[in-house]
Amino acid sequence: MGDYDIRNDLRYSAEDEWVRSETKGVTIGISDYAQQQLGDVVFVELPEVGRLLEKGEPLGVIESVKTVADLYAPVSGEVLEVNPALAETPEAVNDDCYGEGWMLVLSVADPSEVEGLLDRAGYLQHIKDREDQGT
Amino acid sequence: MTGLQRTPLHEAHIALGARMVPFAGFDMPVQYDSIKEEHAAVRQTAGLFDVSHMGQIHFAGPEAVATVERLLTCHVASLRVGRVRYGLLCNEEGGVVDDVTVYRTGEDSLFLCVNAANVEKDYRWCVRHASEAAGVRNRSAETALLALQGPDSATILAKLGAVALDEMRRFRFADAELAGGKVVLSRTGYTGSDGFEIYAPAGAAMGLWQALTDAGARPCGLGARDTLRLEAALPLYGHELDDSTSPIEARLDRFVKFEAGGFIGAEAVRRCAKAGPKRLLAGFEMVGRGIARAGYPIAKEGETVGAVTSGGPSPTLGKSIGLGYVPPALAEPGQGFDIVVRGKPVAARVIETPFVH
Repeated sequence: MGDYDIRNDLRYSAEDEWVRSETKGVTIGISDYAQQQLGDVVFVELPEVGRLLEKGEPLGVIESVKTVADLYAPVSGEVLEVNPALAETPEAVNDDCYGEGWMLVLSVADPSEVEGLLDRAGYLQHIKDREDQGT
Repeated sequence: MTGLQRTPLHEAHIALGARMVPFAGFDMPVQYDSIKEEHAAVRQTAGLFDVSHMGQIHFAGPEAVATVERLLTCHVASLRVGRVRYGLLCNEEGGVVDDVTVYRTGEDSLFLCVNAANVEKDYRWCVRHASEAAGVRNRSAETALLALQGPDSATILAKLGAVALDEMRRFRFADAELAGGKVVLSRTGYTGSDGFEIYAPAGAAMGLWQALTDAGARPCGLGARDTLRLEAALPLYGHELDDSTSPIEARLDRFVKFEAGGFIGAEAVRRCAKAGPKRLLAGFEMVGRGIARAGYPIAKEGETVGAVTSGGPSPTLGKSIGLGYVPPALAEPGQGFDIVVRGKPVAARVIETPFVH
């Protein structure tokens, strides 16, 4: 398995988003595994503030030099904030995926959805399973 | 990943941790580290590509030159020994079977370097249109091909013992000694930068790769190869060209011999040129925010008028560029249209190609 920075203080979706619980809701980005898989990120399209998202719904698009990938809502909620800097500096997703490369903040409609996400061990296993399948 | 062919350099790619993808039936490196950085290496220093998946079809015998003359849209008999030309194999309907380079290796011998995806198709096509006296042989499997591209390429080759590189101008080739082995060195490439393509026996590929990377060439994958050729507006078979696309539509007129000699498909190609093509390849830049990708519709005032054949970010220019087929009236620099990106029209403008000189 490759060398990925998967952190203990975050939860993860099977679609490779990370979720950090904060007082106002959850901050969301993509994992180190995802940014490594994508390669150089050149474009990020994020939803409008105020949009209501269902868990699993496509919320935006992330493009690397060669790839177009959908982003999915890891939990249900309302978009409170999007990272305005990514329009000009999408490479922040590669350079600092858990910091400057954050994507959006969602209010949380159902806290149990956050609890139901993968922890570090579960997410690492999920990565390993996919790598073993060669996908 | 069963059933995929491997080039003689496969082990080197794995050892370097390359991301491997299936391409034209081969397990190929798409990137080693960063497409952007690999791209920059070719524009600024030197990059090294494994393009051993490409095919080589050789012709040798009294009918070799006449046969290839009939197969290719470009002039062949006038090609001097030691020179290379770009040309097209056309079908009877004037569509493109493949785009190739032809190498004149001797008075009665030549070879074609062909796209990996088309090796079998091209070989069958050549055999079908050649007599015994043209001596057609598919030597793809025994031949490794490395592309050393970028402004430092000649310096790197000189370090490995190559001589007289100054005399080897673009589109010329010669037998050479490199890192202690015999190769064919060709001043050609598919990146829009100066560089060389190195033909070697498959068994010599690993040693050459090692020597060239030790001498400073950065390994580059198919990802960078694609962004580089797009900046140079070089067509990619399966995108800008296919069996039903005319060289005229693809604006490759200068590689077609209109005046003399016949080639397969000549009548259909001339008819297309005379009547005027219904669509033309245009190079464009994005004006609005968005990235054009192959297959996206091109629209004018809400109506679909064409499609993107290749598109993506240009690392050199820092903007998004693309190629696509549109009605001739929309194909000239200054014209505008929309690229439909995930259902939304995003403005684009036709500009001069190549995008990067």
